[in-house]
Amino acid sequence: MSEGVHHPAAMAPVEQRVAALEALLTERGLIPEGFIEQTIRRYETEIGPMNGAKVVARAWADPDYKQRLLADGTAGIAELGFGGAEGDHMVVVENTPTVHNVIVCTLCSCYPWPTLGLPPAWYKDPPYRARMVREPRALLAEMGCELPDDTEILVWDSSAEVRYLVLPQRPAGTEGMSEADLAGLVTRDSMIGVARL
Amino acid sequence: MPAAGPICRVLRVDGIHDLGGMQGFGAVDHAPAEPVFHEPWEGRARALMDVVLGAVQPNGGEFRHAIERMSPGHYLTSSYYEHWLTAAATLAVEHGLLTREDLEARAGGAFPLSGPVLAPPVTGQGTDLGEPRFGIGDRVRVRDWHPPGHTRCPRYIRGKTGVVVRLDGSYSLPDVEAHGGARRHEPTYSVRFDAAELWSDAQPGVCVHVDLWESYLEPA
Repeated sequence: MSEGVHHPAAMAPVEQRVAALEALLTERGLIPEGFIEQTIRRYETEIGPMNGAKVVARAWADPDYKQRLLADGTAGIAELGFGGAEGDHMVVVENTPTVHNVIVCTLCSCYPWPTLGLPPAWYKDPPYRARMVREPRALLAEMGCELPDDTEILVWDSSAEVRYLVLPQRPAGTEGMSEADLAGLVTRDSMIGVARL
Repeated sequence: MPAAGPICRVLRVDGIHDLGGMQGFGAVDHAPAEPVFHEPWEGRARALMDVVLGAVQPNGGEFRHAIERMSPGHYLTSSYYEHWLTAAATLAVEHGLLTREDLEARAGGAFPLSGPVLAPPVTGQGTDLGEPRFGIGDRVRVRDWHPPGHTRCPRYIRGKTGVVVRLDGSYSLPDVEAHGGARRHEPTYSVRFDAAELWSDAQPGVCVHVDLWESYLEPA
């Protein structure tokens, strides 16, 4: 890039930088009609933790499915129709009364898009990425997930191709609930592992 | 360039993105039900990232490395959607779709891009590694080295010893593919580290798993 060329001193506001990139790409004919709006709508309405919640509810309701899901996360999730980018190599990790799993990406923002959607801001920001691998017990407690001292904490840093989904424990008193009602209990945070249900 | 200057020359190796275990960042700004996009520009930036990736067809790892090449100060003071914007604009310029002058004229101010690639293009990538060298239960030590380019081996585990808990199949090594057309496939592993192996102030009852390519590892 052009050494010696004068650049403005003040950084343009981010909205103007986005608009500038969009305008230039549009002029070059690179943005299909409606593409931006479709992308936004897809992430706001179709791809999100409601998908992962269905996977968890099915695993709670159907022991055979749970076994398949834990043995091969990608295939188990595909049974419910979810898959694709950032979900091609899924591993599902199961919480038990004595084991708690939590996912992080210390190097960037790796996250299972097909089942959880785009990651929340705090998942991508430095405090979470820096601290979850060093002081998970304290950080989980700060985030409202206080664990007994004898609960083992397993942290999963998504540094290669695998993306993780936490299978939370089924809450007590939910016997007899329908799968759809069970899915309604499952939160995004419980599938990242920063909350228990 | 905002990335020029002594700070980036010191920090470019072992990038600012490699955050595991760093201290002083304070509380997580956690909101249980935050929206997918907080501002309209975030959704547009996310879509523009797809547009640029489709147009320039970067090598695997090249987009991530463009984020890693952001100036450290900018990286730490901007949100991830701004990281994606900056990396997309950087690749658009580096691949000749547009110029930084175009972007700044339109934006009405500076449009910081990521700094240059420091690592030379990879040519001597060697051959693919075939059968996994390690099995479940094997003790492995992470190579302690500081590559000048893209890598997916975080700093906080280098030189540390762990145990293989899962084999995940063979994938293209990011350290090679981010820096040119060469490819080298290697087995990948999930390696479990006791927190006490990683941190002198480790919390009890904690294990950290990191997913690693075979050439990051040595027998322990």
